[in-house]
Amino acid sequence: MTRRLAVLTVVCAELVFAGTAGDHPIENIFRPLSTPAHEISDVSFLAVIICAVIFSVVAGLLTYAIIRYRRRPGDSDAEPPQVYGSNQIEAAWTVIPLLIVFVLIMVSARVIASVQNAKPPANALHATVVGHQWWWEFRYPSLGIVTANELHVPLSDTAHPQPTFLKLESVDVAHSFWVPRLNGKTDVIPNRANDMWIDPHEAGDFIGNCAEYCGTQHANMLIHVIVQPKPDFERWVAEQQLPAVEDPSVAADKQAFLSVSCVNCHTVKGTSASGVFGPDLTHLMSRKYLASGVLSNTPENLRAWIKDPQAIKPGCLMPAMHLTDNELDSVVAYLRTLK
Amino acid sequence: MATVDYPLEKSRRQREFSLSEALYSWVATVDHKRLGLMYMTSAIIFFLIAGVMAMVIRAQLIVPENHVVGPQTFNRLFTMHGTTMVFLVGMPIIAGMSNYLIPLMIGARDMAFPRLNAFGYWIFLFGGILLYFSYLGANGLFGAGSAPDVGWFAYAPLTERAFSRGTSTDYWILGILVSGIGSIVSAINVIATTLSMRCKGMKLSRMPLFVWVMVVDAWMVILALPPLTAGQVMLLFDRYLGANFFNTQAGGSAVLWQHFFWIFGHPEVYILIFPAFATVSEVVPVFSRKPIFGRQAMVGAVVAIGFISFGVWAHHMFAVGMAPISNIFFATASFLVAVPTGVKIFNWLATIWGGKIRFATPMLFCVAFIFQFLIAGLTGVMLAVTPFDWQLTDSYFVVAHFHYTLTGSFLFGVFAAIYYWFPKATGKMLSETIGKWHFWLLVIGFHLTFDPQHILGILGMPRRVYTYAPGRGWEPWNMISSIGAAIQAIAIICFAWNVIRALIKGERAGDDPWDAWTLEWTTTSPPPEYNYETDPEVRSSRPLWDLKHPEDPDWKYE
Repeated sequence: MTRRLAVLTVVCAELVFAGTAGDHPIENIFRPLSTPAHEISDVSFLAVIICAVIFSVVAGLLTYAIIRYRRRPGDSDAEPPQVYGSNQIEAAWTVIPLLIVFVLIMVSARVIASVQNAKPPANALHATVVGHQWWWEFRYPSLGIVTANELHVPLSDTAHPQPTFLKLESVDVAHSFWVPRLNGKTDVIPNRANDMWIDPHEAGDFIGNCAEYCGTQHANMLIHVIVQPKPDFERWVAEQQLPAVEDPSVAADKQAFLSVSCVNCHTVKGTSASGVFGPDLTHLMSRKYLASGVLSNTPENLRAWIKDPQAIKPGCLMPAMHLTDNELDSVVAYLRTLK
Repeated sequence: MATVDYPLEKSRRQREFSLSEALYSWVATVDHKRLGLMYMTSAIIFFLIAGVMAMVIRAQLIVPENHVVGPQTFNRLFTMHGTTMVFLVGMPIIAGMSNYLIPLMIGARDMAFPRLNAFGYWIFLFGGILLYFSYLGANGLFGAGSAPDVGWFAYAPLTERAFSRGTSTDYWILGILVSGIGSIVSAINVIATTLSMRCKGMKLSRMPLFVWVMVVDAWMVILALPPLTAGQVMLLFDRYLGANFFNTQAGGSAVLWQHFFWIFGHPEVYILIFPAFATVSEVVPVFSRKPIFGRQAMVGAVVAIGFISFGVWAHHMFAVGMAPISNIFFATASFLVAVPTGVKIFNWLATIWGGKIRFATPMLFCVAFIFQFLIAGLTGVMLAVTPFDWQLTDSYFVVAHFHYTLTGSFLFGVFAAIYYWFPKATGKMLSETIGKWHFWLLVIGFHLTFDPQHILGILGMPRRVYTYAPGRGWEPWNMISSIGAAIQAIAIICFAWNVIRALIKGERAGDDPWDAWTLEWTTTSPPPEYNYETDPEVRSSRPLWDLKHPEDPDWKYE
């Protein structure tokens, strides 16, 4: 009972304080911002209510029984009337749950079909999510964009509905894509293409996690879905489509970057750096976070991350390359220009 | 019936005077009671080890970005905690309770296959030790600390050699596979014993509910474990013989492993909860002073749960991207299992109704079991609502849900069983005072630990994370949860103290301390090696009621 009250209290509190979310908005599956999350939230709420009613009735009867029928001091030693059962009662408490179950099956089936069978409209944005140990690659094949860890999608309000359909793939082990306010989770499984869709009704930065245990750094595999109004999103697309910035003031630093081993795993479009094992760095400075949501993208953090990733995200697949301080300064200086 | 010194007993005691002889008599025993106690003792030791692991896990998560342990250690901890609790605590408790109680309850002298029984225990123990040897041996003897870190569910392809180097995963495979032989052996023995060794008059319809539940449980073990074993052998083939069943990089299927695992894994959770069902179905009537309400319905419900449990496994996989029709099928099956489960809860409630309840410690644990199992069942119904599950699966809500079933229900049921049958097994009573401390601390600790985890799931906290960032609304709930875990630890210390104290200076129990109705309470406490001097004969499902109430015996109505 207390637990259920607590849940309801939290849900109510979250609803009340919905507007006060800061930089890290507090996620809550009952504060949906996208059609599938809405439908899920509605059917979930119904399930919670039904279960709460059943709990109240059964727990109420049980509480009554253990108080009413407890042995009191001074009771006689005589045994109470021996009752062996009743077929009518058994039938009743088989049939009533069956009816409740029938209702739950029907409402579940309706939402399953509506979420899973949705067809992309002509204007839908298509993106591919690729799970890696332990970061996310986001590809927009029709736009020619490859980025990491921050998925930009257009706002889909009633005036301009534009859902985003995601294809989910993995290059290594099983992951799961979960941004609670936008949709439930869908697993990201190697050798299998899954799909899901979102149509966020509100602009903002929505956080999520990898939700399938995928190895050492499963905990630090965060997702940011950045929902932008259409013009902002189009500006972002245009920027991402440009080749890497060529800043003559860091020409020497660029040379230094290209001569160390970063290029084996990372790509900077328009340079000889064309590795595909780590995130694409062409527009690194357009991202808010580093290391899949672990650090905010500041010069100090970037330097610390390149110097020794294992100190920040132990077990991650990016090794410390033991760069000299000069090399580090150059690499950071060059990367800082990749807007 | 006071304690009688039988000549045979006396000579045995004299012979056991030396320590080495006493030890030898335990190692070489084929007595079902001794094997039962050895299963239970091993399970409790593994329970304490896995409990300490849980404490470290909660210590790590008490505040965000904590550094009690690193990611790899943490991942090993939750892998070993889960694996131990399921395979080295739950399974041996099933074997231990069945072994100790079934022959006594059906009036037999021993299990059908005593030597097989001893083999089962030792192979289980060997499997457990093999699993734990990974801490020393998985990198070769020079490299310590390399227990498996793939989770107790060991999802492919994380277990393939490309992602799990070294041999820690092999220890997981072989440890479980070997200890599984023990579970199968014990299940075969339970079925053979109950089918062929019931005493005179003990028709199946008169068999105690405890035995009924454990027989269905044994059938489920026999049917559920082979898919796991098959999957594990396939995984070994992948790792060492170049097969590619689950090797996605060579065209294998990650989802195939999940099917193998969960067609074992879901019946397994019912397998684990059944000993609690069995216990509660014996304890609640005795302490309410009424027969179980709807005996046949209770048996029918257990059989129904057994059947349906084999058709629900893919509800663990609602997020893997199955077709809508599959999702609807497995949701329907999962909802249906709630119906017989509900029947059981209602029947326990109806048994209490109109009774004269004595709140001794076993009954306290049973009442808490019913409340907590009710909640576990209802959160299970929520998880069967597939869309709800898309949000909740692999979140802390699921952690809360299955700890409600395995701690709040299974463990509470097992404690009820220990408090109820400890006097029979040892001849000593556990202290009611310490028992009540144990009970209330465990209830408070349990709810503080797991109630907030439901909220964490709703707030988007995923499972199996060794750390989390501040500012996502998770801090207070994790803090409460960790404090609750510490309170549970204190409760377990009370329990250990109670057991040790009772063994040293416990009050004598006598044959029938609870004024109970099943056959085991007619013999001495502890029972002699041969259980009964003469073969008992029963005429109803409550033979001791008939004995104590000759004016109103049950057999008149059955």
